[in-house]
Amino acid sequence: MSLELQFEETIAHDQRLEPRDWVPDAYRSTMVRMIAQHAHSEIIGMQPEGNWITRAPSLRRKAILLAKVQDEAGHGLYLYSAAETLGADRAELTEKLVTGRQKYSSIFNYPTLTFADVGVIGWLVDGAAICNQVPLCRSSYGPYARAMIRICKEESFHQRQGYELLMTMMRGTEQQRAMVQESVDRWWWPSLMMFGPPDADSSHTAQSMEWKIKRHTNDELRQRFVDMSVPQADALGVTLPDPDLRWNAEREHHDFGEIDWAEFKQVVSGNGPCNAQRVAHRKAAHDEGAWVREAAAAHARKNDERRGSAA
Amino acid sequence: MRSEWPLYEVFVRGKRGLNHVHVGSLHAADDEMALHHARDLYTRRNEGVSIWVVRAADITASSPDEKDPFFAPSGDKVYRHPTFYDIPDDVPHI
Ligand SMILES: [Fe+2]
Ligand SMILES: [Fe+2]
Repeated sequence: MSLELQFEETIAHDQRLEPRDWVPDAYRSTMVRMIAQHAHSEIIGMQPEGNWITRAPSLRRKAILLAKVQDEAGHGLYLYSAAETLGADRAELTEKLVTGRQKYSSIFNYPTLTFADVGVIGWLVDGAAICNQVPLCRSSYGPYARAMIRICKEESFHQRQGYELLMTMMRGTEQQRAMVQESVDRWWWPSLMMFGPPDADSSHTAQSMEWKIKRHTNDELRQRFVDMSVPQADALGVTLPDPDLRWNAEREHHDFGEIDWAEFKQVVSGNGPCNAQRVAHRKAAHDEGAWVREAAAAHARKNDERRGSAA
Repeated sequence: MRSEWPLYEVFVRGKRGLNHVHVGSLHAADDEMALHHARDLYTRRNEGVSIWVVRAADITASSPDEKDPFFAPSGDKVYRHPTFYDIPDDVPHI
């Protein structure tokens, strides 16, 4: 059987492709681009929330937030590890991120202005990530699918801690309730943009679905997220900032307003409120860590030599 | 900018009585650091009671290209399976 046929049969039978299998170049590059973008999002995603670790209002909230941000670091590393099975080079991926040649999710280019943002990010941003990621647990590339399973297990904690934080604030003072509402108003639309451009404009969706890299279109997942969020907002006692949001009995889904795609394009192409800051911070962390990486490598070399001469 | 830290593959035993299972990889300067990183990265929620790390370069693997011929010796030995043998229904415990 030809390699190409073997590849197609594996996908047709819903089996996973594994690291050493032959795959078409386009599959490999699509997969690397997708995994790298996802890994970068996890790593950059540490920044907006990391911003509040030292100012968390209690030790309990600080411990939770720290654990959550550590998880995001872990997610990034699981994914870089998956990208490397396709032949990507870790140092090169980092370089592409800090030089702006690879993208990350637009959502992390918005600032976290109040502590309520920590709750809203957990609820909506991690919530949207879960919607996106659950179907990816069945993605055709084995190492990616397995990383997603691990990640999804951990995301549930992220969303619940956020929602619980918001419930606590909603039971507090009038001022705290206003702070939650203000935060929801800022994060709702950017969260909807997390699912990517509408299907009609999504250049990669059709091929990715054919290869079973993705299992649902951007618009399907966005609709699912809206439907899930509406009752959660009701239970919380907040209003979602969309006058056109209403139940459509005929479709059995919620209708919702037009997304500002011009804003999305601006943020994706580097002109969001925090793009420059996020990348600069990542680059500084990497540069400032150079001496640690070198020292550890030198130490390992020395130990190796010592062991060699003792033997 | 290029990292000099080699790639390690990580295997975790979930609990006593189970095999070590491959969970992913990481970069580390040496074996000891690999073990510490593996603990921090792959067992943040008690996912394991034992970890193995091994340099990816030290693993020898079968190639998927030769999948069919490589595993062929076991393909035609159906008599290695218990279902190959017909035993009358009225014979108990077998
Ligand atoms: Fe994550
Ligand atoms: Fe998360």
